Amino acid sequence: MAEKMSRKPYVREMTSEWIFRHPRYLRYMTREFSCLFIGGWTLMMVWGLKQLAEGPAAWAAFLEFLKSPASIAFHVVALVFAVYHSVTWFNLTPKALPLQVGEEFVPGAAIAGAHFGAWAVLSLAVLYFAGAF
Amino acid sequence: MAKSNKPIVWGPFAAGGTLTAFVTPVLIVLTLMAALGHAPDLLAYDRLHAFAGHWLVQVAIAGVIFLSLWSAAHRLRITCYDLGVRADILVATVVYAVALAGTAASVIYLARI
Repeated sequence: MAEKMSRKPYVREMTSEWIFRHPRYLRYMTREFSCLFIGGWTLMMVWGLKQLAEGPAAWAAFLEFLKSPASIAFHVVALVFAVYHSVTWFNLTPKALPLQVGEEFVPGAAIAGAHFGAWAVLSLAVLYFAGAF
Repeated sequence: MAKSNKPIVWGPFAAGGTLTAFVTPVLIVLTLMAALGHAPDLLAYDRLHAFAGHWLVQVAIAGVIFLSLWSAAHRLRITCYDLGVRADILVATVVYAVALAGTAASVIYLARI
């Protein structure tokens, strides 16, 4: 008899309604949704590499595509989400990389601050190298 | 099973999360400038073609693309689970496959430059 018995594990039904129960959950999901924009933009750049490899005409067509209203809108939204990812990621660095000097732990604000500072310097360096200003 | 494959998927996620936090916003600014008709000098065909033709730059571009796609894929997988999608194996297979396919495509295109 025993071998005929089957287990029926209880599977609790799960919906996405929980996101709206607390602002904190909504902020968490906003952060997680940044992956769609970072991933989507990266795939767009893979396509850009294809166009670059094909020659000047294909590259010009890619630049022309970038100028479409849909592309501009996507870029603006993607930039907001990418910055949100950076801010949330760097704010977590004191938890992920606690730093002890002697008996004392380095204050979290210093660890996060160092990351924000490095981010600013690196971003300006990339803009300068790319000839953005 | 004593062993877990979690570090293998989580390692590139953490690396990619850090990398995208540092470089993705400024790179989006560059293509946003191009979208607004003020393309920075680097995006001119001759300069970008020469820049992306160097092997060291190609390794860097492929690495950035892999880590960006992988961390986005991993986060999307977790997000699907959070939203109640319980077909985790299927979701994981699809998102990681897209990340690897995108990386492979970029390597092929880079080799043609």
